[in-house]
Amino acid sequence: MSLQNFRAIASIYKFELHRFRRTWLTGLLVPVITTTLYFVVFGGAIGSRMTQVDGIPYAAFIVPGLIMMSMLTESIFNASFGIYMPKFTGTIYELLSAPISATETVIAYVGAAATKSLIVGTIIFLTAHLFVDIHVAHPFAMAGFMLLIAISFCLFGFILGIWAQGFEQLQVIPLLVVTPLTFLGGAFYSVHMLADPWRTMTLFNPIVYLISGFRWTFFGRGDVGIEYSLLFVAAMLAVCLTIIGWMFRTGYRLKK
Amino acid sequence: MASIIEIKGLTKVYASGFQALKGVDLTIEEGEIFALLGPNGAGKTTMISIICGIARASGGSVTVAGHDIIADYRGARTAIGLVPQELSTDQFERVIDTVTLSRGIFGKPRDDAYVEKILRDLSLWDKRNNKILELSGGMKRRVMIAKALSHEPRVLFLDEPTAGVDVELRRDMWKLIGELRQTGVTIILTTHYIEEAEEMADRVGVINRGELMLVEEKTALMKKLGKKTLSVVLTDPIETVPVELADWNVTLGADGHEIEYVFDTQAERTGVSSLLRKLGDLSIAYKDLNTKQSSLEDIFVELVHQEKAA
Repeated sequence: MSLQNFRAIASIYKFELHRFRRTWLTGLLVPVITTTLYFVVFGGAIGSRMTQVDGIPYAAFIVPGLIMMSMLTESIFNASFGIYMPKFTGTIYELLSAPISATETVIAYVGAAATKSLIVGTIIFLTAHLFVDIHVAHPFAMAGFMLLIAISFCLFGFILGIWAQGFEQLQVIPLLVVTPLTFLGGAFYSVHMLADPWRTMTLFNPIVYLISGFRWTFFGRGDVGIEYSLLFVAAMLAVCLTIIGWMFRTGYRLKK
Repeated sequence: MASIIEIKGLTKVYASGFQALKGVDLTIEEGEIFALLGPNGAGKTTMISIICGIARASGGSVTVAGHDIIADYRGARTAIGLVPQELSTDQFERVIDTVTLSRGIFGKPRDDAYVEKILRDLSLWDKRNNKILELSGGMKRRVMIAKALSHEPRVLFLDEPTAGVDVELRRDMWKLIGELRQTGVTIILTTHYIEEAEEMADRVGVINRGELMLVEEKTALMKKLGKKTLSVVLTDPIETVPVELADWNVTLGADGHEIEYVFDTQAERTGVSSLLRKLGDLSIAYKDLNTKQSSLEDIFVELVHQEKAA
């Protein structure tokens, strides 16, 4: 761990956010429109025919899942793109030749990506308020949980960006792994609604623990205990940091 | 002059098993322009990449301004500005933003006046608000130089600064490098254009297949390896070389109007005066004399051939 070039961290962080700002309209409109669509389809059309789930009105029940789904996708996409693009265009030479440590690099890139996904999460949360009354049981825990999720999935995206050797590889994990797992992870239903063996199988899906934990911060209860959710996030952070540490030590796909 | 870069026993073996550098030793003096000359694949870029932190060495050590490039990478890299061979830029960003970013990444406090000065010196000031993708290739190269200079480095690496650049731009670049030198920055440039090294460098290093074959002051190198050709323009043409001139091994040129004699400038007796005396004895009249120095190109070709023959 080497932290001293704070100017470099600030410069990269600002530059990356500036990159996001350039496309702020799509960046902000997309989550608003997506959320609205989900509310029209699930909250309005289907939700009107459903009673409550776990004692919560269905439209409100899906809010944590929706936020989580967008944040996971955004985090992975932003962070992987942020580090993949310099590799692709060749501008990574500057980063590699600069007096900047691995820790500083990760803080700058992951910090910028996590900031953007937190902004998106907040926008979805506010948009949801237009459609449904939501009372958040543990607001501080909710904010903290969002922060942890943003950081851990941005770290995951950062790994993906270093690993990827083409745009297809960049897309394959989010599209083929993360999105399906999110859909099957109880974004739109409670795991209790499933019959065995599906219910037991679902518990092997890591995303269940994230959505459940986030739902707990809203309603005070989830599919699994909050301690399991926190344990999962902590494990994910540890694994990602270990892999990134190894990548920088060995120069994996960064240095010849 | 004090040395600014010390390279000792530098080796690099790529994962493929290819040995790109085979124990290079080199010292660069502060303030000089050093040209690293060699054919494609000789190891020029590999060497620069290792010094700048883009590639890892397999063995040996490098210090820049007294800082080891591994143990004290921050110190070493702060002293270095790098302009790589490929035109790699953030196409969608404005010129001034990327240059400001570069300064920040290298840990220097924001200094708008300094950035302005660099952009003006490089004739980029008018283009500062343009997106990089709107610039021509030559201008993009200038942006990369501006980025490399943004943090006030003591050493500037230019990896093939004029590769794929037209003649006029190349002259421009040479002028620019000459001006940079006035600021006291040490410049190391790689090239396979002999002309370029000849035009600008104080010292020349010739690298081939991962080995530094020689390092010399440019003028000393030219002298040491330089051969001169004496052309004697005859008043009346002759058909064959007289046997009396066999000792000088002269050749006949320009349809018998010229006698050409190649001599070593470093030899104790160049044989020029004795040849001229002999021509007088043989009553061969001449109306003009020319001597021509061999270029770095000739020297280089000879060096590479010598190595192949060995």
